[in-house]
Amino acid sequence: MSRIRTAPPRYWLVALAVIFFFGLPTVMSSYLASEWSQALILAVAIMGLNILVGYSGQLSLGHGAFMALGAYTSAILVHRYKMDFLVTIPIAAVFTGLVGFLFGVPALRLSPLYLALATFALAVVTPSLIKRPDKLTGGVQGILVVQPDPPQVAGNAYSAVTGTVMTSDQWIYYVVLFCALILFWLAWNLARHRPGRAMRAIRDGEVAAAASGINVAGYKTLAFGISAFYAGTAGSLFALSTGFVSPDTFPVSLSIQLLVGAVVGGLASIPGPVLGAIVAYFLPIASSQWVPSQTWLPDQVTSTVKNAGPAVSYGAILILIMMFAPNGIVGLVKAGYTVLNRRLRGVSDPKSGQMPSDPETV
Amino acid sequence: MGKKAPRFAAAAVFLLTLAACGGGGTPTSQTDVGITSNSILLGNTIAQSGPAAAYGTIGNAELAYFTYVNNNQGGVNGRKITFKILDDAYNPAQTITQTKQLVESDQVFAMFSGLGTQAQTSVREYLNGKKVPQLFVATGATTFMKDFGSNQWTIGWQPPYQGEARIYAKDVLANHPNAKIGVLYQNDDYGQDYLKGLTDGLGDKASMIVAKQSYDVTAANPFPQLTQLKASGADTLFLFSTPKPSIQSLAFISAVHWEPTIYLNSVSNPQVYMGLAAKAGAALKNVTSVGYIKDPTDPQWASDDGMKLYKQVIANCTTCNVNDGFNIYGVAVAYTMLDVLKQAGSNLTRANVMKIASSQLNETNPFLLPGVKVTTTSSDHFPIMQEQVITWSGTGWKLQGTLIDERGTIK
Amino acid sequence: MQEFLQLVLSGIATGGIYASLALALVLIYNAMGLVNFAQGEMAMLATFVGYALITRGMSFWIAFPVTLVLAFGGGIVIQRVVIKPVEKAPVLTLVIITLGLATLVNGLAGFIWGYLPRTFPSPFSSDSVDLGGVFVSYRDVGVIAVTGVVLLCVYLLLQHTTVGLTLRAAAHHPEASRLLGVHVSWMLALGWGLASAVGAVSGMMVAPVLFLEPNMMQTIIIYAFAAAVLGGIESPLGAVVGGLIVGVTINLAGAYLPGVGGDLQLAVGLAIIIVVLILKPNGLFGQAAVRRV
Repeated sequence: MSRIRTAPPRYWLVALAVIFFFGLPTVMSSYLASEWSQALILAVAIMGLNILVGYSGQLSLGHGAFMALGAYTSAILVHRYKMDFLVTIPIAAVFTGLVGFLFGVPALRLSPLYLALATFALAVVTPSLIKRPDKLTGGVQGILVVQPDPPQVAGNAYSAVTGTVMTSDQWIYYVVLFCALILFWLAWNLARHRPGRAMRAIRDGEVAAAASGINVAGYKTLAFGISAFYAGTAGSLFALSTGFVSPDTFPVSLSIQLLVGAVVGGLASIPGPVLGAIVAYFLPIASSQWVPSQTWLPDQVTSTVKNAGPAVSYGAILILIMMFAPNGIVGLVKAGYTVLNRRLRGVSDPKSGQMPSDPETV
Repeated sequence: MGKKAPRFAAAAVFLLTLAACGGGGTPTSQTDVGITSNSILLGNTIAQSGPAAAYGTIGNAELAYFTYVNNNQGGVNGRKITFKILDDAYNPAQTITQTKQLVESDQVFAMFSGLGTQAQTSVREYLNGKKVPQLFVATGATTFMKDFGSNQWTIGWQPPYQGEARIYAKDVLANHPNAKIGVLYQNDDYGQDYLKGLTDGLGDKASMIVAKQSYDVTAANPFPQLTQLKASGADTLFLFSTPKPSIQSLAFISAVHWEPTIYLNSVSNPQVYMGLAAKAGAALKNVTSVGYIKDPTDPQWASDDGMKLYKQVIANCTTCNVNDGFNIYGVAVAYTMLDVLKQAGSNLTRANVMKIASSQLNETNPFLLPGVKVTTTSSDHFPIMQEQVITWSGTGWKLQGTLIDERGTIK
Repeated sequence: MQEFLQLVLSGIATGGIYASLALALVLIYNAMGLVNFAQGEMAMLATFVGYALITRGMSFWIAFPVTLVLAFGGGIVIQRVVIKPVEKAPVLTLVIITLGLATLVNGLAGFIWGYLPRTFPSPFSSDSVDLGGVFVSYRDVGVIAVTGVVLLCVYLLLQHTTVGLTLRAAAHHPEASRLLGVHVSWMLALGWGLASAVGAVSGMMVAPVLFLEPNMMQTIIIYAFAAAVLGGIESPLGAVVGGLIVGVTINLAGAYLPGVGGDLQLAVGLAIIIVVLILKPNGLFGQAAVRRV
């Protein structure tokens, strides 16, 4: 009992978030559940990118390529070898992780800028690489993945709670949520234990890290592997939730969207990717649909926004977010918290007034 | 569904009252989701941003036609058409969520003129599973007509790319039997479909193709491919490319003093593009293409009633360029959509509309070339299969011979 | 042989396009250690401005310098409004801002001018000279020549003028520069203005070849990025040589490597460039230096 009472506030936040995500499909439509599963999938991929960029300090502009690999691995296994989809998720994740690990080896030799170019190039050529082996990948036709019906148990439980029949999309949402919870828990553990500390040390200074006995090359490649493992899982879930994979599903803009999510949410934090994914996923939708549907705005504004297309409002809002929260949403919240804390406790010196940073959120 | 019941009841009462008072009203009327007593809701996904944003204007042109019909004809059978367009940026993943949104949340009656082969393939299974009509998809991929048997809620509209390529094959065999053919094609479903049509159409003469080169959409230009085609000794060049690479190609072959016989695909043949190519130095000698739709920039249609109507319609869209060939495409396909709704009359169920669209069309569309008919029967689900060979005269396209009908050739 | 030479020449011509935009990337990188992903879109917008001036009756030779001045001013405005407030933010934040800027400018151009391609007048004839079966168009020669002139200007500016020296000092040692009385922030703005003007030259030179529309520079920026990095991101000469190498490599990879073909020429071309970078980790013309990305 006392453990619960003395639990730090962030544990309560985590519990609230889990309850929120768990209850979501019971109060909204099947189609919204499918949108939220995509946002959660994005969160998983962004968490992977966050481990690479935020914790180990290596930039990737091409994480969409790893998602594509995971998605195609699952889709091909399901479509050609008639495997159960749920079984293919770990296979796709491990396979993509391995490929990422191998990619991390030459990446060691690349300076940050070249790594950015190499990964960017990977993202650019992904669609044409997928098209080539068309016997395997279906070429430009893509592969249809039949979405599974919810199993009896889950369906019954859901009906008992909500009184409605569970749809495939709602069932997939729970599969995604389950995977996301495990992966976020893993990331949290990784961040506060030895590997996380080692990666951060490398990020903040490779020479110093090597001097204190950290295997720099090993951890940097490991970060690539883990990061790709997350992207592979996300890709596999992506194939499940959309029910279709094709070359155009993985354009350069997907990789950019992941990076945007990682930075907007806040690098090197655990809640960052969730918040970043929600912004990265829903902002384009909102900027094309929400603004034009607002009746309180003057007609000229709504019609201009509608005609100008979503690109203009998306770009403008993105710039504004970054101007007001240059360290991401988590950075903004933390800064706000610090200011508030200082006010309440009357500490005037910003340097000494700052609490020692949490190991998990440095 | 419970929530919807009162609205349906109200609609039913309203209709009954109408029927009773109007006397001439409809005796029996059936409706489906997305239909109210005074409106019909249609949904659409199209690329309005991203790399394929140039196509986005098609949706706006369609909306312009519906607006025209709503304002000038009071809609169709007293119901006004509401058309909801969502931007999928040419990404199938977005098409899927947006289509689900339109079907499940907005409750559209049918999806109309969704764009892109991959995008529309991605939602075909879903829409057929839900029995929501996927009408007149904006792609010439053959599968949307050919595979009607397994997807009875999906139908295309424009002539399939393969059919067009077969017409070129016939033309080559008739006029240039000794041609050495070089093919430039875009590395996607669009280019591959054309190439297949050409190869099939040439049949046992397929060895006339001496070289084929594909380019990726992310390439700056197709010049290295053209250089290789020229070096292969080809004297006849097929351009199965989208407008911009086509214009670049036409200019490039003149710059390297190559003068092959050129077959240009119909997507790239509007006069706007030919004008651009000419300005960029293209000689445009011996260029052959096909047409099925009237070109807004072609002076021969200046006093044509269909063209006058098009100009009147497109004035309803402030962002539409009247000369853009994509816009008259949008208006023409919207015309067919309206034709289907008119025929359905008061029996506005999804099943009935789908039946009319897929097997009872027999339409003369004022925006298509004279003689081209939009036809479907219970055994044929290729709406437009007639095209006319056209050649470039230096200032405009000249219609050659008569309409060629490819109906029944693609199995 | 003719085919090979023609491929090399058209590769050089396309490479010139990459090089001209790569120069603008190098300028920004020199000014603030940042890759500006909006550079291509800014160049496209400037070209549309030039187009608007020309269609309103201005002659090309008047519109050209006017556009450069407008682009220079526009670059400074963008820096003051969008970049300055977050100058101290992590570099990735700045990268995201340039990505947002790219999306915004692309959408804006689409909104104002639509997506129908347009011809842009070129001061060079579209004709070509016949060099024994190999053809070189005056336009391509023009692009290369103008790129060369811009390169010379940029080089002289950076290496042989006080402004250039101050610009580089402000980027490398902002604190020390400030102590010496340099307006560091305004030097960054100057860098943005110059890069924007160089981008405008690039846009107006390539528009006659690529045709002007909002997505004109969308793929070019990728190869310009590769070119700049290959040359060693801080070196203007490197950027130009890098651009030419990228253009030629991609052309030849598609034609002569077995099993590659036109569809994979980009993938293979980029892969070759990355392998070169692994073997030569500072780029062709770069100096070993530790910089932030």
